[in-house]
Amino acid sequence: MNSILAIAACEFRISRRNNLLRATVAMMVLFAVSLTVLGSGATGALGVDMLTAASASLATLSVYIVPLIALLLSFDAIAGEVDRGTLALVLSYPAPRTSLVIGKLLAHLLALGVALVLGYGAAIAVCLALGTVSTASLLLVLKLTIGGLLLGAAFLGLGYALSAWAKGAGAAAGYAIGIWLVFVVLYDVALLAGLVLSGADGAFTQDFFPWLLIANPADAFRLVTLPTGQAAELASGFVSADLARSYAPMVSLLAWPLAALGLAAFAMRRVEP
Amino acid sequence: MSLIVKDACVRRGKIETLSQLSLHVRSGEKVALIGHNGAGKTTLMKASLGLLPLAAGEIEVDGARPGSAHARNCTAYLPENVSFHPALTGAEVLRMFGTLKKTRENISALLDRVGLGEAGQRRVGTYSKGMRQKLGLAQVLLSKPRLAILDEPTSGLDPIARGDFYGIVDELAAAGSAVLISSHALTELEAKTDRIVILRKGKLVVDDKLEVLRRKADLPMKLRISACTSIHNVLTEKFSALKVSDERFEISCRPTQKMALLSELTSLGESLHDMDIIPPHLDDLYRHYSKEAIL
Repeated sequence: MNSILAIAACEFRISRRNNLLRATVAMMVLFAVSLTVLGSGATGALGVDMLTAASASLATLSVYIVPLIALLLSFDAIAGEVDRGTLALVLSYPAPRTSLVIGKLLAHLLALGVALVLGYGAAIAVCLALGTVSTASLLLVLKLTIGGLLLGAAFLGLGYALSAWAKGAGAAAGYAIGIWLVFVVLYDVALLAGLVLSGADGAFTQDFFPWLLIANPADAFRLVTLPTGQAAELASGFVSADLARSYAPMVSLLAWPLAALGLAAFAMRRVEP
Repeated sequence: MSLIVKDACVRRGKIETLSQLSLHVRSGEKVALIGHNGAGKTTLMKASLGLLPLAAGEIEVDGARPGSAHARNCTAYLPENVSFHPALTGAEVLRMFGTLKKTRENISALLDRVGLGEAGQRRVGTYSKGMRQKLGLAQVLLSKPRLAILDEPTSGLDPIARGDFYGIVDELAAAGSAVLISSHALTELEAKTDRIVILRKGKLVVDDKLEVLRRKADLPMKLRISACTSIHNVLTEKFSALKVSDERFEISCRPTQKMALLSELTSLGESLHDMDIIPPHLDDLYRHYSKEAIL
């Protein structure tokens, strides 16, 4: 346990000092504030408070940006240490290999958490200044924060795994971009194509689409965190609303970090420094 | 016995980077590992640390399998061209490694001991290569290792730092550590290790004390003489000396002939100004033994 904390403390210092954390926070705050301000026009018409309206935008923002931040933090984690030659030394120490991964995960989750809290916090501050904030909307933001950490953990784990598999940090960076594109962009495009080809009553739309949607952590995050009414809207016509509102997306969002971390630990065991 | 290597083989694809290698290092013993680039020094070290799997044979570290918890607890390692994350300070690096090794060693005392002192509060990114090497040595000293594996530890160190380094290595060995050092700088190892092990293409060529290697190799030593012009002819004809410069000559002789030759030379009296005896260099020995292996 001490080993994990010692590794995490060093990793967090590294994130703080190499400006990655500052850049991440700046990115989150900037996007959160601008989306909140831009999205505030519709609040009157919908009859909801400003933060509830903004939380939908924040959820969509997070789907894109949280995996990106997580992959940025993690792609270098193992491959970079192999390149620098520091991994051989660390692995000659008594701490087991998995504690290295877990230590890095804790530090990077903390960095991501700081970025999320400051970004969402900025959105809340804007809403307090310009409009209204309800208790229900604060709960929505809390849901976003926890969901964002789970989504981040999933992509951190994937990032460590590919970092351990890749030969060199350059290759790892390439794979990271690939993973982000596949999960966040191409996957949804492919699902959409499937829907169009299969039609509303097709087997794909009825039987496979809901499960495929839930299987992707980014989409699961969207289903879990979107305000209830809107999740139903999103699901209506395509996904049976029951499935979208059931616990299935939550289970997917919880299972992904564990699976990705298992993958990372497995990849880590095969690394030859 | 701190390190036992028995018929160890390591394969990289189809190439055997270590073949049938056997080696013992007792506690308190300093063994030098010498060989060309790619001779298998680092491979042997990584296999002893459990970082590379063995294709055949076995290695024991203090009675345990390399890479096992016990082996890792009692082993210290200094990798070749050691580096640390540039954003951390030397003291932070040592504190982390100290926690991993569960030691309560005083970090600032350790930094002083290797000559880093105040620099320990600066980031590793600002360090010179020699300073990184010193930080690497400091992490070896975090615990009292039963086995210390040092991969080219003195590259990048100036002569004085090198002297200090071997002083610390001597202390380690005196405290009962088995020390395995690899080096390219053969000459600097001469007086500083108990045994010399020469590797060539993954095979062990020689494993013996330096004096024994010298005797077995029977390499010619050199006498360097300066003499006045009157006996130059005698030197070149009778002693088949080689003229190096105007007044300087070189005679090579077998170790066994040395005393006879010396008494003959001294009989030349005052015409002989000066004389130096140069034993075969470790480089010559190394060349001799790695050549022998080709046959």
